[in-house]
Order: sequence, then C-alpha cells, then structure tokens
Amino acid sequence: MTAKQTGRLQRWAVYIFIYLLTLLWLVPVLTALITALRSNNDILTRGFWSLPNVLTLQNFGQAWTRGGLTHYLPNSFIITLPSLVGTLFLSSLAGYALSRFHFRGNRVILFIFVAGMMLPFQILLLPVFRLVNAIGLYNTYWALIIFHTAFQLGFCTFVLRNYMRTIPGEILEAARMDGCSEFRIYWQIMMPLTLPALAALATLEFTWIFNDFLWALILIQNDALKPVTTGLAALRGQYVMDWTVIIAGSLIATMPTVIVFLFLQRYFIQGLTLGATKG
Amino acid sequence: MAAKGAIRAGRWRESGGRAFWTPYLFLAAPLALFLIWVIGPMVYSFYLSMTNWDGVSPPDFIGLRNYVRLFDDPIFWTALLNNAKWVISFITAPVIIGLALAMVLNRDIPGAKVIKSAFYSPYIIAPVVIGLIWGWMYQPASGLFNSALRAVGFTKTPGWISDPQLATWCIIAAAIWRQVGYVMTLYLAGLQGIDPSLVDASQVDGCNFWQTFRNVIFPLLSPITVVVVVISIIDSLRSFDLVFVMTRGGPANSSSVLANFMYIEAFNNYKMGYGAAIAVILFLITAVFIFIYLWQTLRTELEY
Repeated sequence: MTAKQTGRLQRWAVYIFIYLLTLLWLVPVLTALITALRSNNDILTRGFWSLPNVLTLQNFGQAWTRGGLTHYLPNSFIITLPSLVGTLFLSSLAGYALSRFHFRGNRVILFIFVAGMMLPFQILLLPVFRLVNAIGLYNTYWALIIFHTAFQLGFCTFVLRNYMRTIPGEILEAARMDGCSEFRIYWQIMMPLTLPALAALATLEFTWIFNDFLWALILIQNDALKPVTTGLAALRGQYVMDWTVIIAGSLIATMPTVIVFLFLQRYFIQGLTLGATKG
Repeated sequence: MAAKGAIRAGRWRESGGRAFWTPYLFLAAPLALFLIWVIGPMVYSFYLSMTNWDGVSPPDFIGLRNYVRLFDDPIFWTALLNNAKWVISFITAPVIIGLALAMVLNRDIPGAKVIKSAFYSPYIIAPVVIGLIWGWMYQPASGLFNSALRAVGFTKTPGWISDPQLATWCIIAAAIWRQVGYVMTLYLAGLQGIDPSLVDASQVDGCNFWQTFRNVIFPLLSPITVVVVVISIIDSLRSFDLVFVMTRGGPANSSSVLANFMYIEAFNNYKMGYGAAIAVILFLITAVFIFIYLWQTLRTELEY
C-alpha cells in the first residue's frame, strides 16, 4: 500500500467512527419518537426492543388534552415572549451606553453584568422568592416575566456591548453632526446595525427562557399558570407508569424550540459563540 | 479662567458634544432591574444564611450556626462529592468529544451538516425533557438499556438510576449528551479563526496530523479551551433540572448535588436559612471560576 492509500484508509476509519458516534447520539431522540408512537401496554409487557403491535397517535392526544398541555404550552409563550422583548430592549440600552460612552463606572458596571450572568441560581432563589411574595406577584406570570427579563440582562448586555463596539464610530458621528438626539442615534442608527446580534440573542434567549424549569417551580404553583416545563413534571406525577404519554408530552413541549432552531439555526449558533468567545 | 473653559470645551468635544449624564440615562432602567433582581438578592442570601428563617415567621439572626450544622451533615458531603464528579466529567468527556468532532467537521467530511445538527439538537431540548427521556431509557423493567441487556441474555440487569452506586453517573451521562454540541460549536468557531497557512506551513515542514494538532492547532486554541473549561465547570455546578426530574437526589440522597440539596432543604423542609447557607457555599465555589472567566474575557478590556 502506498502512503496515499493508507492516508485515505485512515481518514475513512475516522469518518466511520464519527458516523457511528452520530448514530449513538440520535438514540435518545429516536427512543422518544418510537415510544410516543406505541401503546403503553405494548411496551411494558413486551419490552422496548419488541416489534410494535400497533403505531398510534393516541399518546399525543392524551398528553394534549387530559395531560393539560393545552394550557401549559400557551402559558410558556405568555411568559417567554414578553421576557424576550423586555430583556433585548433593556440590554440594548445598557449595551449602547457601555460601548459608546467613556464615563466613570463603565468598567465596573460591565463587570457587574458579566459576573451576574454566571451566578448559580440557588444564591438568588430565596431572596427572589421573598421579594416576589412581598410585592404580591407570587403565582402570577409577571413574577417570571420580570425575573427572566432582569436576569438575562447580564448575558444580553455583554453580547450587545461587544457587538456595538465593532460598529464604526463615523456613522454615529455623522448623525450627531446633523443634530440627531442621542436616543434617535441609538434607535434609528445603532439598532438597525445591531440586528444580526439581536437575532442571534433572540433565538438563544427564546430557548433558554422557554426551557426554564427552576424559576417556574419556585414562583408559580397554580396549575393553570404553569409553563410547559413544570407542567411536564406535574404530568409525570399524574401518569406515573404511563411512559408513552409522558414521552409524547415531552415531544410536544419540545416542538416550539425545535421550530425556532430549524428556521434560525445560523443565528442560534452565532449566539452561542458570541457569548463565549468575544471579549 | 480661559484655560478652564478650554478644558471644559475639550472634554465636551471629546464626548461628542454629549452631556455627561447621557450614558447614565441609558443605563438607569436595565441597571436598576439587574441590581434589584440579581445583585441585591445575591447579597441578601448571605444575610439569610445567618438566620433561622422558616419562610413563615420573620428571620432571627443566629450567626454561623447554619454553617456549623452544614459541615456536620453527611448529605452535604455526599452532594459536594457528587458535584466534584460532575465537574470532573464535564471538563473531560464533552471537551474531548467536542474538540475531536470540531477537528473532523472542520475538514470536509460528507454529511457534516447532519452530524452537526445531531450534536446540537440535545442543547435545544429542555433539560426537563431530557430528564424524562433518559429516565425512561434507564427504567429498570422495560426501558431501553435493560430490554437490550435482557434480549442478549443477561438475567441480572442493573437498576441504573435506582442504584445508589450508579445514579449520579447515569444523570451525568445525560448531561454530557446535552453538553457536547455546545463545546463543539465553540471549538468550531475557534478553528475558523486559525490562519490555514500556519497549518500548511507545519505540514510542509513534515509534521503529521497529530504533531500539527499538538504543536500548532491546540496551542492556538488555548484561549478558547480556558473559556470552555471554565464555562463547563460553572454549568456543571448549576445542574439542577436533570437531578430533580430523574432522581430528586435519591435513592437515599446518593445522587444529590448542592443545587438540589439546597432546594429540598429550603422549599420542601422549610429550612430556608439552612438552604441559604448551602447556596452560599455553592456560590463561593462557583465564584472562583467566575473570576477566572472574567479575568480571561475582560483582561484585554482593562488594559487600556
């Protein structure tokens, strides 16, 4: 064998290994799909690896209606969308100030936002729980909307500030010469130029806020207001042995983030790297 | 007088003809919100950790008694040990697999898009959902693993998440499944930033693939590796959802981690002061890595 041939052989050995690993990685998702399409009896009596007797969509129907996903899923949107808009708007204000102005405290404030975004949630749980109770927002959508808006400011401000710094100052300077107010420069010139970063953040933040479990667990107890994550945990309690319904419910709950990801994959991946590598 | 006026005019021009309070105006709302809901609560937890608050009656100050009790609590040490297992797993398996994948995907392997999507997809699935799906795969009677083992002739099958010896590792496996795509993404971005002529040069000099990787690529990736490792550690210390959904820290607290232990003490046992003390310990451990991250990412900023 020539050196070229061995090189080729080695390369294909690596590729085949990667293909097998990819297949292995898809196992949980495939498991979930197969489970959700079978009847619970069929799986429990004959084991997971048996050939299914029948394929059925009943589990999805049951999770949707009796499992309560009809109200859990809309709740998730009611909580996620305002939080998303709020945090993007407010962090763009902060990012603008931190990227385009020299002033006392600039670095310290940036430091506060970046340090805050990495805190373990447990250090905030009890005080936030107490605060929410004190101002009468316990068991309301507002509790989650306000908290998510506030907490996500850390990450969004950091990303937007870094992005806004890369925009050349001449464009803003020209507008300033023309006598634009500072707010108009921010809103009509800076914001359109920042759209790629905003899109990246929006996809990422949508997924994070939508998938939140802990804060919904702490701040909302009323079943009618629960988002889909804590709703699923409730479903798990209700259908203890009914794995097919639980898994079907899980798949329904995943659909919104999957749709966002499918259409906005490019932005999603940009968002991930923006946060970690630029600085 | 004239000189002073000139200085003022100079400053005015330097700031682009803007009033000194303009940035504060932009910052007022976001900063206030962040201080009230994030920074303030963080500080307040330290106070709560030195009280006997039970969630109902007003908290009484009891000094460091919660901490003394905590260090005597065997569950605390179990949780801490499990956290260490999480950290060690997170800085090895996902980093190695993620880097290897990025290296292969950075060349032109057929089907790269599908492979990437397969590894990203777990990252967009809610941890709760991952916990439910993996919990079902581990299910001892008819789950995926034991069904497979029985099908090939094993009669004594493991209990997976109901086995105290295995539970933590089973949860970590699910977490690694989720984490790999994220690490891969960061490394792919890093590899894109490497000048291909450096790699070519080393190959012209007769380096094989492994030598090029060790002597050229990996050193160039080291800033990203630092960020990846630190983020992985912080993420692993945050893990709560998977533990909560899969085992609630059981059986017999064997898979408890600090995040989960804190929740149970505070919200199930109403020992909120005690829970706050656990949170403070978790915070102090995390803070070390937050500072490393800040130092790494903001260092260049602070230099000028």
